[in-house]
Amino acid sequence: MSALPKPARQLLTALPFVAPSIVLFGTFIFYPLAKSVYLGFFIDNPFHTRKIYVGFDQYRDVLTSSEFISSLLVTATFAFYTVVPSIIIGTFLAVLANQRLPGIVIFRTVFSSTLAASVAISSILWLVLLHPQIGVMNNLLGTVGLDHVRWLQDGGWAVSQHDNAFEMVLAWFTDPNWALIAVSLTTIWMNVGLFTVVVLAGLQTIPDELYESARIDGAGRWSEFWHVTLPMLSPTLFFASVIGVIFAYQAFGQIDILTQGGPVDATNVQLYSIYQDGFENFRTGAASVQAIGLFVIMLGLTYLQFRFLSRRVFYR
Amino acid sequence: MTSPAFAQRWLRRIPAYALLIVCAGVLLFPLYVTVVDSLHTVGELIQNPPPSLWPSDPQWGNYYSDTGAVGTASKSCHLFNNNGLEVAPLTCYLTNSLIMSSVITIGQLITAALAAYAFAFLRFPGRDALFAVFLATMMVPLEVAIIPNFQTVQWLGWTDTYPGLVAPFLATGFGTFLLRQYFLSIPRELHDAAEMDGYGHFRFLWSVVLPLARGALATLAVFAFLQAWNQYLWPLLVTNDADMRTVQIGIAGDTADIQRINTAFAGTIIAFAPMLILVVAFQRYLVRGLFGGAVKG
Repeated sequence: MSALPKPARQLLTALPFVAPSIVLFGTFIFYPLAKSVYLGFFIDNPFHTRKIYVGFDQYRDVLTSSEFISSLLVTATFAFYTVVPSIIIGTFLAVLANQRLPGIVIFRTVFSSTLAASVAISSILWLVLLHPQIGVMNNLLGTVGLDHVRWLQDGGWAVSQHDNAFEMVLAWFTDPNWALIAVSLTTIWMNVGLFTVVVLAGLQTIPDELYESARIDGAGRWSEFWHVTLPMLSPTLFFASVIGVIFAYQAFGQIDILTQGGPVDATNVQLYSIYQDGFENFRTGAASVQAIGLFVIMLGLTYLQFRFLSRRVFYR
Repeated sequence: MTSPAFAQRWLRRIPAYALLIVCAGVLLFPLYVTVVDSLHTVGELIQNPPPSLWPSDPQWGNYYSDTGAVGTASKSCHLFNNNGLEVAPLTCYLTNSLIMSSVITIGQLITAALAAYAFAFLRFPGRDALFAVFLATMMVPLEVAIIPNFQTVQWLGWTDTYPGLVAPFLATGFGTFLLRQYFLSIPRELHDAAEMDGYGHFRFLWSVVLPLARGALATLAVFAFLQAWNQYLWPLLVTNDADMRTVQIGIAGDTADIQRINTAFAGTIIAFAPMLILVVAFQRYLVRGLFGGAVKG
């Protein structure tokens, strides 16, 4: 070994430490990524007997298809439905749990507890409330005088017919996609625990002196929140919204358990559509093209998240 | 204790506590209804209007009887059929989840500790570029690679096996980053001193670095275990046999059968409990991990 030049010796020393990770990353991350791009060039027939090379035609056809555009709209709506309420509720609960009161630790624990819930657990807990046969939510709505909702079966704007884009936009506001709202409620509940923890950590980095000087200036609690807490919290809230959006684009289990993408395609988010094409319809090529599309979107989102994390790590 | 100032302070706190209690109640409501429904009979559940939100005659058997969630009817994981659906007792699902999550956790601790050591203590050509590649893996969520990964696992003959369940998750960019951050805070003099004492790299890692990095290792372990236990998509893809299913897939499948939905709810509570305990007990470590080790907590 001593006969080797120094860089080679250093590499040999480092190899056993990094090799296990390199082999695993290569096999399960980088190779599949390249293979997805490659699979996108081929159309399979349903029996997997042969593959037909179509080149970029499939990319063009799939990425401009109405199904893909609809899944983009459903996914973006789902992200919007989940992130905004998760942030608001998470911030509200974190501010409540940040008060100096005896026994506040109990409430902190309760508020962050949904962080432990898996997607399957959360979906089942909400299925209990929204189930078409045994759900109790409609009864509760009834007792406060509200109409029943066909939670998992009403696709609203996503399934109704629209003559033009304007009608479509109008329907988005006036004809609720209850199935997507049901899936979103589940997701919000699941997010709230994590977001409360994240915002609580953010609140604890705000120096007490800022509140003291605000108080000296005669600020009330509300104005303290608007002028001290919220501005100081904005990087944390930005971080939380990016992970919220990433979660939305990774959502699968709640859709599989609650709606299977339906009714029609009302809750068919991108990942669920990839799953259906790849594993149920045996359109491996089309599913791979969608996977690459999803990857590009998520790459942009993760980049934002990294910028936040590196700021936090290196400039604090 | 009975001074007016003391009483007044508590009186002023009442609205704050009331608000906290209402919020906690709303947040826990879905969990509460699931617990209640898990104690009803199916007949009570499907009647209209739905049964009261208080179990007047709790069916504890839904949890442990022969036909309950944990199903003592069959101690092994041999399947029994119910309405054409394959079902295995919850204990089988729980065992599978425990094995899968433990192997993933141990695997991540090993691969991440080794790689983090190289990035923190060794000098070799291309080190920084390689570290960037490791970080880049965090930008590729497994979700976008499921089709080729499924084909790989199929090609290896690993569907319906533990290797198939765990293999894609044994290495972690996040964990390597987390441990490296911590390793960098270990004084280099320790490394030099150990070298003088004739310690090799592996011995230094094992007997000096790892004991010092217990907190960071615990953070990674809690994260890895929680994530592995809560996985849904990958176990759904690579397991077809009921006796290889993880608890998440098992309970989700059980809810599809209305005749067993109360025991499915009981199973849900049983599957949730260990993670709830884990998160409550190790919350400190979770918060630290969320910020890549940047927050001291």
